[in-house]
Amino acid sequence: MPRPKAPIVKPKDTKGTVKRLVKYIGKQKKLLIGMIVFVIISSLSTVVASIFIQPIVDELLIPIVGKEFSFAVFLPIKKILIIMGCVFTLAVAASYGKAKCSVFLTQRTLNSLRAELFNSVEDLPIRFFDTRPNGEIMSRFTNDVESLRAFLSQGLSQLISSAITIIGSFCIMLYYSPLLTLLVVIMVSFMVFITAKLGKKSSYYFKKQQKNIGIANGFIEETIEGQKVVKVFNHEQKIVENFGELNENLRKASTGANTFASILMPLMGNLSHVNYAITAAVGGILAVNGALTAGGIVAFLTNSRNFSQPITNLSQQFNNAIMAIAGAERIFEYIDEKAETDDGYVTLVNAREDENGELYEVEEHTGIWAWKHTHSADGSITYKRLRGEVTFDNVTFSYDGKKTVLNDISLYAKPGQKIAFVGSTGAGKTTITNLINRFYDIDEGKIRYDGINIKKIKKDDLRRSLSMVLQDTHLFTGTIADNIRYGNLNASDEEVIKAAKLANAHDFISSLPDGYDTVLTADGINLSQGQRQLLSIARAAVADPPVLILDEATSSIDTRTEKLIEQGMDKLMSGRTVFVIAHRLSTVRNANAIMVLEHGEIIERGDHDNLIEQKGRYYQLYTGQFELS
Amino acid sequence: MFKLLKYAKRYRFFALISPVLMIGEVIFELLIPQVMADIVETINGISVSGNKEEAVSTIIMLGVKMLGLAVCSLFCGASAAITASFAGMGFGAEIRNALIRKVQTFSFSNIDRFSTASLITRTTTDVTTVQNTFLMLIRGLFRAPIMLVVALTICIKKSAEVSSVFAVSLPIMIIALAIAGPIALKRFRAMLKMFDEFNASIQENFANIRVVKSFVRSSHEKKKFKKANDDLMNAAIYAEKIIILGEPALMLLMFLTILSILVISTKAIAEQTLAVGEFTAIFTYIMQILMSFLFTILMLAQLFMSEASAKRIHEVLKEEPDIKDPENPIESVSDGSIEFKDVSFAYAKGKDVLDGISFKIESGEMVGIMGATGSAKSSLVQLIPRLYDVDGGEVLVAGKNVKSYSLEALRESVSMVLQKNVLFSGTIAENLRWGNENATDEELKRACRIADADSFVEAFPDGYNTDLGQGGVNVSGGQKQRLCIARAILKKPKILILDDSTSAVDTATDARIREGLRKEIPDTTKIIIAQRISSVSDCDKIVLLEGGKINDIGTHDELIERNEIYRDIFNSQQKGSADFDLQGGAV
Repeated sequence: MPRPKAPIVKPKDTKGTVKRLVKYIGKQKKLLIGMIVFVIISSLSTVVASIFIQPIVDELLIPIVGKEFSFAVFLPIKKILIIMGCVFTLAVAASYGKAKCSVFLTQRTLNSLRAELFNSVEDLPIRFFDTRPNGEIMSRFTNDVESLRAFLSQGLSQLISSAITIIGSFCIMLYYSPLLTLLVVIMVSFMVFITAKLGKKSSYYFKKQQKNIGIANGFIEETIEGQKVVKVFNHEQKIVENFGELNENLRKASTGANTFASILMPLMGNLSHVNYAITAAVGGILAVNGALTAGGIVAFLTNSRNFSQPITNLSQQFNNAIMAIAGAERIFEYIDEKAETDDGYVTLVNAREDENGELYEVEEHTGIWAWKHTHSADGSITYKRLRGEVTFDNVTFSYDGKKTVLNDISLYAKPGQKIAFVGSTGAGKTTITNLINRFYDIDEGKIRYDGINIKKIKKDDLRRSLSMVLQDTHLFTGTIADNIRYGNLNASDEEVIKAAKLANAHDFISSLPDGYDTVLTADGINLSQGQRQLLSIARAAVADPPVLILDEATSSIDTRTEKLIEQGMDKLMSGRTVFVIAHRLSTVRNANAIMVLEHGEIIERGDHDNLIEQKGRYYQLYTGQFELS
Repeated sequence: MFKLLKYAKRYRFFALISPVLMIGEVIFELLIPQVMADIVETINGISVSGNKEEAVSTIIMLGVKMLGLAVCSLFCGASAAITASFAGMGFGAEIRNALIRKVQTFSFSNIDRFSTASLITRTTTDVTTVQNTFLMLIRGLFRAPIMLVVALTICIKKSAEVSSVFAVSLPIMIIALAIAGPIALKRFRAMLKMFDEFNASIQENFANIRVVKSFVRSSHEKKKFKKANDDLMNAAIYAEKIIILGEPALMLLMFLTILSILVISTKAIAEQTLAVGEFTAIFTYIMQILMSFLFTILMLAQLFMSEASAKRIHEVLKEEPDIKDPENPIESVSDGSIEFKDVSFAYAKGKDVLDGISFKIESGEMVGIMGATGSAKSSLVQLIPRLYDVDGGEVLVAGKNVKSYSLEALRESVSMVLQKNVLFSGTIAENLRWGNENATDEELKRACRIADADSFVEAFPDGYNTDLGQGGVNVSGGQKQRLCIARAILKKPKILILDDSTSAVDTATDARIREGLRKEIPDTTKIIIAQRISSVSDCDKIVLLEGGKINDIGTHDELIERNEIYRDIFNSQQKGSADFDLQGGAV
């Protein structure tokens, strides 16, 4: 059944990829060897089975015409029958063995490849995810793995068995009649030529079809999503007309694509009949002249079928192999991406204070954290208490090394202070927070955490000392308790509940039938936006970090829930250093410092009263005279 | 599936001719081994007659016959494939067209019932599935059974005795499939479900990568992945274990059939009830009979599986649009006056969102509507152009019930800027002309001037020919809103409704737009839903909604004077709890 296929993308480095792929498959050496052996046995036995027809016809059937039937008539070919039985049994067993090896080989290889792919991607820097749509990354896990699966589970063994069948039947044909063999080879070459020609045409139409599907689907998506506007403007008829046109183009292209794809099978099948007819006639003449027996012709013809069939399939298998290699190449490309580097050596440890106020490291959780600084010069170790002070000194940053996103930013946040950022989209607010937790590294200047350059701090430990609440809440499939516990995997049930209470989430969670065990699915669709936000606040609360980053955490939420969230946030913020990117004035007004950003620079700074007095941009925003874009 | 067959009507010639050609192909194809049998017999014959010359000419003749058959078969097969493609793709196209036509007749509540995402899937993926099944139907469902029947008939004709073997082997196949099929299907479904969840969880992980990284949970996620990955592998192996039995089982069955046929044939040949050549023909048919039988069953299974898609499409096609033109509709709206008479409305039965609404708007008035989120402001105005129908009471436009107008005339006169508004791919001018196809450039500019959009549009290098990209992604929120207003103005409506359409626009621009509306289209009734008091304070009257009922109606000064809720809103907005954000502020 022909289905629209994606156009075949050729791999860039076929040789290298194949080598590497072989290494992966080679990990399951026993299975691979087992499969190859079984494939050889099963295809050889099919080839061999075709020989038996000749002695049966010539030595059994023709001689007994008109004689009395008893089981004794089988005696002359007893040996052949026994061998035949053995070959049949062997063929069945080998076919099972082949299938079994192939399943395990395929699944284990895919399993290890998927694992390696996931583990590699998981370690890639944020920059990687920023520059690629999620769908593209997913396509490596779905499409590329799938084309590899199709090849491994069927293509590989088919390729081997085709090769063996072709060679085997070629030899047998040669044995019976070199002349006829030459004839068959000429015929088959002609068929291969036609396949290649048609394949080219067909791929042209497939590309065209693919393009038209894209256009039509895009139109469908856009108009159905905008259907209400279509109605308001009485545009229904127009849509029907426009779509009719696109649809007709699609119909033409896909009819073309399908015609070429589906004509191939009857064409090949019938050409092989033509081949069969010519061979049979010529063979018949040869037989009349005694060069061949009747059984010989039948056996030869069976073999010529065995010979030509895989050849016509070969082009399809070859395409599959190319697609699999291209898929593997794309998977390897991600595996080879450079993982996020970490040269930090300052770590975060649990600590206690002795009577002199000196810190020392302990195993258990104490509530006191310290930065453990191992000095490379003399190997001495110093401890510094984690307090949550963050400073920016003349920080300049660009995402691409060309367009400066932040320019010469300097600021400081003392432990427990609240710093707010205000400005248009693209002014660089989110970028600042992404620099603190080192999602990105700065180009110039320095960022210090408790006086330590954050480049010296181990990334995991740095991030553990910060918590983020983002605009998109990003919950995970699992229970509510699991989601809150994401902030601290070792949190007890009491701690989870405590955090939920702090975030004002406890009440709504308790009102759910399953309470904390309520399972959230598909990014928490069964909760309202506000409730999800409360959960993400609880998640940050259970992590109990000294520094908190709130990125537009309360946007697009109705007034009542907003009140709840604000209360939760206020409780969460108290006693912590907070960086807040704000939409709501109420969240900003009581900040210790407000930074107004424009085009990557701080154009105004001060507390609320200061800024209002300045009558600058903040004042304009505040009074609604200026539109943020 | 069969309910959809009427959409193949336009291409019925192709759909019907294709199976006929297919039958031709099969018959020609099956006659070939028959001729081969004759050749074998001829060769056998020379040992008896010894006449080589005659034998050669017979063979050549038979060869030509065989060649002729092959060419006929080739011709039929190729034309069958081509006609099938025409029929199949045409069928798909017809269904897509029918779906789009149908969706165009849907009212808002029809659309709500299906959800946009589901409508899109039904129009794209489901149609593809059904189209492919249809193609398979006309190509395969005839071919395999006909092949089976013809081949079996020939065999029985040659020797009923020998063919009796099939009476045993075919039922064995059915039984084996009946036992293994459902088990395999069940395991595969379980595996596919697991696969979907597996993909969803990977997707979730990457979508949430910032959370993963900021909470330092990579190793946790890797552990989670490893478990899911291993489970998936085991489920796949578990499912495949059944499938891999298929090939060896089929081979075994085939070998046993061959052996049985050999034994029975030997006896028949000895008794001269069967010729040697005939035997070789039967021998060739064994494979074809078994394979086409298997194919038939598998195809029926595929038909069964695509039934779900067919059902989803059929649901859309049979859905009745619940808002239709009346009989003998009124074709023009005379003025812009509006009256609500004791109107009630519910999206779902029993849950009234509007209740007992009565008020009047004179033609040319500017009316503000205020109320908290969920007070049904949008629902109220959507009743005017009949985007939804009232459940009780009536809505009058120009003194006549909205249900008495033709929908086109009504909506032509009532222009509405929706809260969730969209622009379409194309240029700014193309989008604006949605309002009026024949609008001149001058008219476009005027509409944009009223909506205060002219300055930013003209600042684009391509001006009105700027391409907006799919969904209007190339303009900011405030700019998009102003373009939507301009588009609505171009319709020259009797009534213009702005549903929270200036929320992303700063107050100064907002005031300029209202000023423009008042001056430039004074005769048009203007209804403005807003969050900001400043957006409605200069209206002729303000309707204050509270919980689906009218709380108060009056001018700004009157309401400040006497209405506590209104005063609260006013006070809260005075002290700068305005919003930096674009997405609707606090009320």
